Amino acid sequence: MSTLLPAAGDDFETRDPDFIRDFLPILWLLASFWYRAEVRGLEKIPPDGPVLLVGNHSGGNMTPDTTVFVLAFSAYFGAERPFYQLAHDLVVRMPPLWWLRYFGTVVASPENVHKAFAKKAAVLVYPGGDYEVHRPTWESAKVDFDGRKGFIRAAHREHVPLVPVVSIGGQETALFLSRGQWLAKRLRLDRLFRLKVLPISLALPWGLNIGDMLGHIPLPAKITIQVLDPIDVRARFGAKPDWNAAYRSIVGEMQRALMQLQSKRRLPLVG
Amino acid sequence: MRVAVHTEIAAPREEVWRYIVDPDHQLAFMDGMTRWEPQGKRRNGVGARFAMRMRVGSVELGGVVEIVEFDPPCDIAWTSVTGIDHRGRWRLRPGSDGRTHVELRVTYFSPRGFIGPIADLVAWPIVRGHLQRSLQELARRVEQLPATRSAGAPGKRQHRTGRARTARRQQ
Repeated sequence: MSTLLPAAGDDFETRDPDFIRDFLPILWLLASFWYRAEVRGLEKIPPDGPVLLVGNHSGGNMTPDTTVFVLAFSAYFGAERPFYQLAHDLVVRMPPLWWLRYFGTVVASPENVHKAFAKKAAVLVYPGGDYEVHRPTWESAKVDFDGRKGFIRAAHREHVPLVPVVSIGGQETALFLSRGQWLAKRLRLDRLFRLKVLPISLALPWGLNIGDMLGHIPLPAKITIQVLDPIDVRARFGAKPDWNAAYRSIVGEMQRALMQLQSKRRLPLVG
Repeated sequence: MRVAVHTEIAAPREEVWRYIVDPDHQLAFMDGMTRWEPQGKRRNGVGARFAMRMRVGSVELGGVVEIVEFDPPCDIAWTSVTGIDHRGRWRLRPGSDGRTHVELRVTYFSPRGFIGPIADLVAWPIVRGHLQRSLQELARRVEQLPATRSAGAPGKRQHRTGRARTARRQQ
């Protein structure tokens, strides 16, 4: 079924810095006044060369954390710096989301990661993907990659620094109730679209929102993003890592940082 | 969009100039600035480049800037090479009673479209606030320099803290 959609945008030449620059004002307004975003620690990201940015993902299909981070990265380093974001192929193929490809969004695959690093680009990946982004609101301060370790293997294989990025607030932009995995399975979405979730939430303007396919109006929750220190995967875990131990170490580090951000939040939405 | 603020500093013009052109001083008095680092060996003069960042709203904006005018002790102008499109200028002119009239101008250019000018207008008071506080801090620091104090205090500043005049002009 998914083959009926247009070809995926894995063409690295589609990214357009001038297009990104044109969009920065609206992203800046959104981030500064709707989400009152705070992005800290961008100076920890190596100023040039390839780097793998690994984030926890929040906010349903509207992904406010991605919006804010892409703005912050492009404003800080300039739209000229090659920067690609990995996404589910269904997202990249969706005709209404054509513009994501101009921002540098490409299908998440080992081949594309290799291509991006060959261009000395920064790559943003959310290992938890659709599984994490639809977690219940009460799990807002939980890093949940569902055990996916491909990001560590990629940083190890490609000899690039891995920079964890944690964010909080996205899961308060709607009341996320369930991932709806049972519903996705019953409707065979896994086989048709590689979708393992069919999220259920209460969101504007729909009320009860099943699937979040048309998106929603996110509540103006304060988004806080913290960039952590870079990790040299080979130096820390060796030439032949114990992948499970490496996963526990990196996710544990991100979890602790996320809990610190959560502990500083006084009120939902307000931050 | 252009933002311009000015004040008078109770110090000789050469003293103000020396303070401004030292890259090590920028982070100390420029409000909202998080980075000002020379790129390469040149630390000032035409052609010197700096990586700069300034917090505006929720993000740090900036890029690499290059000095395009350097006329001691009168004018320094820079323009962006990468990052957010903008240019800026310091103008130092003799004031009354040995004081120095200092003007700081920044002009930034939003991309085309409907939203760009709106973002410009919204950002204007934020940028103006940064520049005003920068001039106030510059005045405070320069007036406390030993060289300034030993030279005999020129007359009091006309525009005290919080009263730096501003001007706005749509480009």
